[in-house]
Amino acid sequence: MLLLLLLLLLLLLRGVPGKHEPSQDDTASLCPASPAVLTVIRAAILIQNWYRFTMARIEMRRRYSLSIFRSIEYADEQDQLQLSMFFTFMLDHCTNPDSVSPTSPSVPQGVDECLSLTEFEEKIDVPDSYCGPRLSFPLTVGDANALINAFRNKEQLHARYVLQLLCETRRVLKLMPNISRLSTSYSKDITICGDLHGNLDDLLLIFYKLSVVKMPLNQGYPGVTRMRYQNPFGGKDIIDDIVKESYMFKARYGFTKEVSRKYKIVDILWSDPRSQKGCTPNKCRGVGCYFGPDVTSRLFKRYKLKMLIRSHEFKREGYEISHGRKVITIFSASNYYEEGSNRGAYIKLGPDLKPRFVQFQVSKHKHRLSLQERVGTIESSALKSLREMIYAHRSELISAFEQYDLNGSGCISVPDWAAAMESVLQLELPWRMLRSQLAQMNSDGEVDFMSCFYDLKVDQPIKEAEPALVETLCRYRKDLEIIFNIIDKDNSGLISLEEFSQTWKLFTSYLGIAAQDESLDKLVLSVDHNKDGHIDFSEFLEAFHVVHRLEKKANL
Amino acid sequence: MTGGAQGCAKVEQQQSNNGIVAEIEKKITEAFEVFDRESNKTVDARDIGYIVRSLGCFPSEAELHELLAKVEEEEEESTGFIHLEKFLPVMTKVLLNRSYWPIPEDVLLHAFEALDQNKCGYITKEDLVKYLTEEGEPFTQEEMEDMLAAALDPETNTLRYRDYLSKLVVDETKILPFNV
Repeated sequence: MLLLLLLLLLLLLRGVPGKHEPSQDDTASLCPASPAVLTVIRAAILIQNWYRFTMARIEMRRRYSLSIFRSIEYADEQDQLQLSMFFTFMLDHCTNPDSVSPTSPSVPQGVDECLSLTEFEEKIDVPDSYCGPRLSFPLTVGDANALINAFRNKEQLHARYVLQLLCETRRVLKLMPNISRLSTSYSKDITICGDLHGNLDDLLLIFYKLSVVKMPLNQGYPGVTRMRYQNPFGGKDIIDDIVKESYMFKARYGFTKEVSRKYKIVDILWSDPRSQKGCTPNKCRGVGCYFGPDVTSRLFKRYKLKMLIRSHEFKREGYEISHGRKVITIFSASNYYEEGSNRGAYIKLGPDLKPRFVQFQVSKHKHRLSLQERVGTIESSALKSLREMIYAHRSELISAFEQYDLNGSGCISVPDWAAAMESVLQLELPWRMLRSQLAQMNSDGEVDFMSCFYDLKVDQPIKEAEPALVETLCRYRKDLEIIFNIIDKDNSGLISLEEFSQTWKLFTSYLGIAAQDESLDKLVLSVDHNKDGHIDFSEFLEAFHVVHRLEKKANL
Repeated sequence: MTGGAQGCAKVEQQQSNNGIVAEIEKKITEAFEVFDRESNKTVDARDIGYIVRSLGCFPSEAELHELLAKVEEEEEESTGFIHLEKFLPVMTKVLLNRSYWPIPEDVLLHAFEALDQNKCGYITKEDLVKYLTEEGEPFTQEEMEDMLAAALDPETNTLRYRDYLSKLVVDETKILPFNV
């Protein structure tokens, strides 16, 4: 009670400079008869103060969640560039040339070696049992409708049509120059969109808002209907845009390789505008640079440009204006990292060159979530990705921790823990702030470092597997799935044990890690359930999906 | 204690103090860098409130302005951006001196009770809006709307403050990272 009085006195004596002169009320409450005698003003201030504190914490959590997403995404991007280099390595060093034949349609080809549309038709059969959209080329409006309809209903497109679409896209793009010049009639607006990252819902929302699509999103789609197409891009066929946006990312590997080999324009495509002058290396991405307003000015002067509109960077509001309104970043994929992470936007530009921004956000929920709920969702999703990454680097992390653990107690100081995490994962994250979500502390204020791995495990514990092997398979699970899909020339989902072993050897030698042949052989044999010398690689890799213990409990 | 031993003790204390200061500086830098959007050791001055509060402090708006003024004093020109090297010494002192002490939960409860004139365990929406947008350091419209969305019981349109408090405290104890 006395303590409370003292605290109250302290608070009251701190005062609120500038806001209220010491008044009758304030002086009276300096000697409270009981702690309940708080003036309304004092009470309001306390509540407002506490509330702003709570909101600041929520904002911090939101920001560091986005940092986590972005750091992991950029690390992933770098991995994927590595992966495309591995494809080259693989083709050069393949020990089993028959399984990776140059005529196999699933291997990334050089530009001129693709099969034609008719060859795809001859080689790949679409069974009668397939009930998804059937496409004919050149594509018609009806085909585009059917595609949109199918994807809205979460149907799958047959592999042959995917390949044919990719082939057609390449043909169309080859006919176009690297830089397209567009023009539109003087009085019309143009609409400019940014990255969609394959978000069909966002694309349809944009089309609806532009009156390209008649049907509002929430209505049922009663079969294929005629859509009225306008040409907001003045001269370009809308269908090409749909094809490009929905499927382009699947062709990324070949594209990236092509681009970086031929044109050296990685710098141009991967750079971000910043307020600092000049060009500095882009530390976040590891490629490209940050360019300042002076660089923009010089560029504009040289090429007589009036505005630079670009995408490629996540923006919470869907857009951002920089360099004195000369550079605009537009990002059209709403909820990019997670439900509620950001809005998408597009630009309407008239001949006056004054941009008008339209923002949007697709949402699954009927009611508006509170800020706390939204941030809670984003945060758990970000932490989940981070924990998976932690699991995938388990042995490296343990040896880094052990270097600090001189007395073998299993506990190290917080600064040492943070240093170890950063040295292994290199994500530049606020580790001290995240510590309470990632590891437990003992009563001495030290981190029990093995607790980082408590809640994580691999789905089906495979007794035959060495932990180090399991960890490697976890980390490269996605890459391996891509590689195996390419090797699987008949799209059966199966590859032979021989193919599996050889690919694995190649992959590990490329990465410079120990192949662990014996343990892998044992593991693979245990997965070949029907002992026919083939494994279902999807099933195999699925076993290395990291599962979070709490998630498992929720699903029980 | 002999002079030598006293000297050693002093050095140890010094080292441990340096250790504490170094650790505080690391924490401040971490919080700062979350808001450093261009990775160039600057943040928008408007984000200072988020950073200071995330470090466990409870400054009032007026105190925040004072702090900002102190930091901006050091800046050569007022650009609306704050440099880490200017912010760090000021904030380190704040954390070492334990300025802007947290408001204990029971004091907060008394604050709500003071607004609950009839002592019925809740505050009406109208009263809440009146007090918080007109008294003290008034809420902006956005702040008021956000609080109502999170705190108001939609059926009765009142704030049952005991429930609200217990919810807040649970959330906070989960994630308060900085115990300086």
